Amino acid sequence: MAASNRAQVLRLYRDLLLKSQDFTAYNYRRYAIRRIRDAFRENKHVKDSSEIQSLVNKAKTNLEMIHRQVTIGHLYSTQKLVVESPEEQ
Amino acid sequence: PLYMDVQATSPLDPRVLDCMLPYLINYYGNPHSRTHAYGWESESAMERARQQVSSLIGADPREIVFTSGATESNNLAIKGVARFYKSRKKHIITTQTEHKCVLDSCRSLEAEDFRVTYLPVKRNGLIDLKELEEAMQPDTSLVSIMTVNNEIGVKQPVSEIGQICNSRKVYFHTDAAQAVGKIPMNVNDMKIDLMSISGHKIYGPKGVGAVYVRRRPRAQKGGLRSGTVPTPLAVGLGAACEVAQREMEYDHKRISLLAERLITKIMTEIPDVVMNGDPEQRYPGCINLSFSYVEGESLLMALKDVALSSGSACTSASLEPSYVLRAIGTDEDLAHSSIRFGISRFTTEEEVDYTVQKCIQHVKRLREMSPLWEMVQDGIDLKSIKWTQH
Repeated sequence: MAASNRAQVLRLYRDLLLKSQDFTAYNYRRYAIRRIRDAFRENKHVKDSSEIQSLVNKAKTNLEMIHRQVTIGHLYSTQKLVVESPEEQ
Repeated sequence: PLYMDVQATSPLDPRVLDCMLPYLINYYGNPHSRTHAYGWESESAMERARQQVSSLIGADPREIVFTSGATESNNLAIKGVARFYKSRKKHIITTQTEHKCVLDSCRSLEAEDFRVTYLPVKRNGLIDLKELEEAMQPDTSLVSIMTVNNEIGVKQPVSEIGQICNSRKVYFHTDAAQAVGKIPMNVNDMKIDLMSISGHKIYGPKGVGAVYVRRRPRAQKGGLRSGTVPTPLAVGLGAACEVAQREMEYDHKRISLLAERLITKIMTEIPDVVMNGDPEQRYPGCINLSFSYVEGESLLMALKDVALSSGSACTSASLEPSYVLRAIGTDEDLAHSSIRFGISRFTTEEEVDYTVQKCIQHVKRLREMSPLWEMVQDGIDLKSIKWTQH
């Protein structure tokens, strides 16, 4: 894919992962990070540019959703789970 | 505590909450208001949700009725069909392992002069298809058999059941609350005429569900349920169904791996653990294990950092062992020693490992304290003991 496309995808990937780290709920945080990694890995070899564009759009929508849900999570947070440890931070 | 009780209820998926919020904040119109944008918007959201639910099960959107949950759906479906045909048909077939609301509906129909056959299940929790065929009578109107059992996770052969019912012109209803969105369901392939769906079992909101009612042949005339459809909840159910449809394969693969991990680790570390229900014909995310010589409630209390249950939520308040376990022929004492582990889309390896580790630790500890375990270690056959009163 074109260099600008590649850069855009990588930027989205990084932004999605970074934003997901901010989920206060352990289960949501871990799910989001895992799902994002697996989804990008699964679509690594997509060549068709319109398909790539559609995936990029989905990623942008998801980024906005994650942003909203992370914010809500901060407003209503609770205690840490017994399996949450400093190494996760 | 770690949440390992997903069969009781599931957490809301953030994607579902995100879809619902606008309808709880600004888009608060009544979907039945015909004269303004608030109503039109709300109605269009409700219809979109209906489409999402129907798409998950291969139905037509017009065949979906929103309800307050699977319990209401079960009541609607069973009592609805039974009463509609009661002039000519008075017999219903169900199983002994159905959800309480199904059994209660059947019992109340018995008080209205219906005859109900409660099919037994084999030791593995599955019904015998031959017995189903033999139980059918000329005046059987309905067969109600759940797809995936909420206590032991077994998966009934719904396609075969649908085939049998279809050939005998008997309506087939299935309580698919634990199955929808987790395993592929298609009402046409499986010849299902009525299906109950629950929002809060598939990472959707509580207080909403749906019932699928086949249009051809008509199972029920006219409007089925009155009252305002709660748009935010319907939107939530629809979103949950759409997410589930997209994520089904990914979730199933992952949950199967985690289930395998849990079962293998426990079974290799401690002896005398029985898995209740067929090992193959099951949904992997619902694991019911019986730990011999350990009292179930004590184990649950010991596992205080993990949210688990020893049976279904609606019967956990009573002291009686689960009727599902009794139906599969589990010994009384083993029935008291069973724990249900629920693995969800959001469960992590760390949570499984922690649960397994604590479970093994406390089972060993409780067994050390048990005189029965001591006797077993000494080679005594517990069944040969003559217990006396003091």
